Amino acid sequence: MSAVKTERAAKRREPLTNTSLLMLISVCIFFFMYAAAIIFMGDSGFTKPQMFFDLLNDNAYLIIIACSLTIVMIGGGINISVGGVIGLTVMACALFLNGNGIENSFLSILLTLLLALGIGLAFGVGQGFLVSYLDIQPFIVTLAGMFLSRGLTTILSVNPVKVTHAGFLELVKTKIKIPWLGYTAQNGNLIPAKLEIGAVVALCVVVLMYVLLRYMRLGRHIYALGGNQQSALMLGINVRRARFSSYVISGVLSGLAGFIFLMHKPTGNASVAMRSEMDAIAASIIGGTLLTGGVGNVIGTFFGVMILATIQKIIGLSPLKESYWQDMTSGAMLGFFILLQSVVLSSRGKKMKLPDWMKIGAPKKTA
Amino acid sequence: MKQKRKAFSGIGQLIIPLVALSLLILFNLFRDPGFFSIGVAVNSSGNKVLSGNLISVIDSASELAIISMGMTLVTAACGGQDISVGAVGSIAGAVFVKVLLGASSINGGIVVLGIIACCLATIAFKLFNGALVAVFRIQPMIATLILYSCGRSIAYWISGSATPQLNSPIISAMGMTIPGIPVPTPIFAVILVGLLLALLFKLTNTSLYTQTVGINQGAARLNGINPILIKLLSFVILGVCVAVAAVIGVCRMGNLSHKTLLVDIEMDAILAVAIGGNNLGGGKFRISGSILGAYIIQMLTTTLYAMNVPPVNVKAYKAVVIVIIVVAGSPVVKSKVTAMWNRLRSGGSTAAVQKGVRG
Repeated sequence: MSAVKTERAAKRREPLTNTSLLMLISVCIFFFMYAAAIIFMGDSGFTKPQMFFDLLNDNAYLIIIACSLTIVMIGGGINISVGGVIGLTVMACALFLNGNGIENSFLSILLTLLLALGIGLAFGVGQGFLVSYLDIQPFIVTLAGMFLSRGLTTILSVNPVKVTHAGFLELVKTKIKIPWLGYTAQNGNLIPAKLEIGAVVALCVVVLMYVLLRYMRLGRHIYALGGNQQSALMLGINVRRARFSSYVISGVLSGLAGFIFLMHKPTGNASVAMRSEMDAIAASIIGGTLLTGGVGNVIGTFFGVMILATIQKIIGLSPLKESYWQDMTSGAMLGFFILLQSVVLSSRGKKMKLPDWMKIGAPKKTA
Repeated sequence: MKQKRKAFSGIGQLIIPLVALSLLILFNLFRDPGFFSIGVAVNSSGNKVLSGNLISVIDSASELAIISMGMTLVTAACGGQDISVGAVGSIAGAVFVKVLLGASSINGGIVVLGIIACCLATIAFKLFNGALVAVFRIQPMIATLILYSCGRSIAYWISGSATPQLNSPIISAMGMTIPGIPVPTPIFAVILVGLLLALLFKLTNTSLYTQTVGINQGAARLNGINPILIKLLSFVILGVCVAVAAVIGVCRMGNLSHKTLLVDIEMDAILAVAIGGNNLGGGKFRISGSILGAYIIQMLTTTLYAMNVPPVNVKAYKAVVIVIIVVAGSPVVKSKVTAMWNRLRSGGSTAAVQKGVRG
């Protein structure tokens, strides 16, 4: 049994070195950054585990959509409608919770969750069909998806909708308390560390997607498809179905992310998760996913989200409070990671493969 | 015969956008026969100007048309899109306003200086993007994501906190109409940029080289074309286009708001390029297609406004029309339609029919 395992491990290490290397870089940078924050800004709360949990709580939805984007990007596509789908889901769920009139609050919440997943599924199926079976460029299809979801959100309601459903608000308040990671307040009370349900769900999604991509047939097909579509086709992989599935998964995950968002902030608003698709793409890239497809890992994506969140937290707590400093620093950080990846990959003599819709021809060999 | 087919194949990609545009026009004519009537109105400064939906479509599509011209080149050369045009446009506007407000009074010379400074700023930022794409070989979308996420903050940082106002007859002449000329000025800017690009393509080999680099970079290099230079050139041209569009945008509003100047124009520009039948994967391109695409998008928006759709909901209807257009233009649907056409005409000489359809 163990011999088989080691043999498998040895086999695995070979083809995925780029993925692991890029992921390793981002993991190291995250720990380095967090350690630096603890050392230099310890007073502002970085020494407490609660800070880490807060990062998770606030960015649970981002972790989920970043994972969904990672899967699509590994398959060589892109999905920029995730932010819009979150906005639509949040609005639809808020309206449904307020207006469904179902007595049983458990049933009502369950139906809301199903509604959220259904919206995501609908977008995933529609976009997946257009991209994989009609061969339309994914950027345009998902751009239309973004327009459609944002437009539908404002058609549902232009004004913010506050959730008044008692059962759901109870769920929002429910937090998982971890006493041994808490801290003692000045008055001597022990304040336990709190983790929201959404954060746990997000972590589960990361693990599930990791398993899917690493150990399941569909996941391997998506990698093959992104690495080289022609070869995948010749190996007998149903390329269209794999691509279609990647968009469906992405859609369902963005619906789920919308529900998690509502659990974090129970208000529907037309500007919810605005531009979060770009944050998710940035997180995936920082985590080592290549837009070219075939390379990437959801664990890296998770750390990508955490890096972005930590940067924002550090700048928010530092004297540079203005929002433009936040944007500029995260932009600079993104630039740094992109350059780092480019240098690392080209120094390994690895040729980047581009998906069909953004081909630039054979890359020049580096001297 | 060969010559004829070649000329035909170029127009082929324009068929779908042309059909879409004519359908939109027909739809409007049926809905409201007076939709396209052009009247003469007197604007706030007392000048006689042309008014009407058609003029408003052509006028307000100016920024989009100019940027989509540059975007077509970048798409063709690099096989990817620049998503930072809106953000860089906002920086350009900030630089323009900064120069104008720095002077004691706004006169012609200062405006020219402002436009030059604005062009230099956008070219510098676009060269940064271009260097990432051409030299470091990063996919354009990722490379331009950096400025997309922080460009508007840089604009805010340059312009200072408030939304600066520009009050001058020169500014309103540039943004709206020049006294004595009834046609809105931005239309002339589109014609000017279009003519300059046409001249560039006519006098130099830029167009051919760009397509070569887009189709096969390695082959282009072996034939003595420097792909890096061509890509950088496409970004420089896009930079100039963005600067012109930003100046028009600022002059139109009479003030600068870094958050709303040219907002979301990158998405519309990419759409215009795609609707125009250009391949987003690079290679062959047709700027006229992109311009047509830009006017289709604006025509659609204006039509929806005329149908009393609230501005915030326009996006949803737009998305539906976009999906219809791209589905009609998708390779699978095209080949299906061709096959069906052939089956219908199978009695006649199939070869000739095939040629005709392909054209």
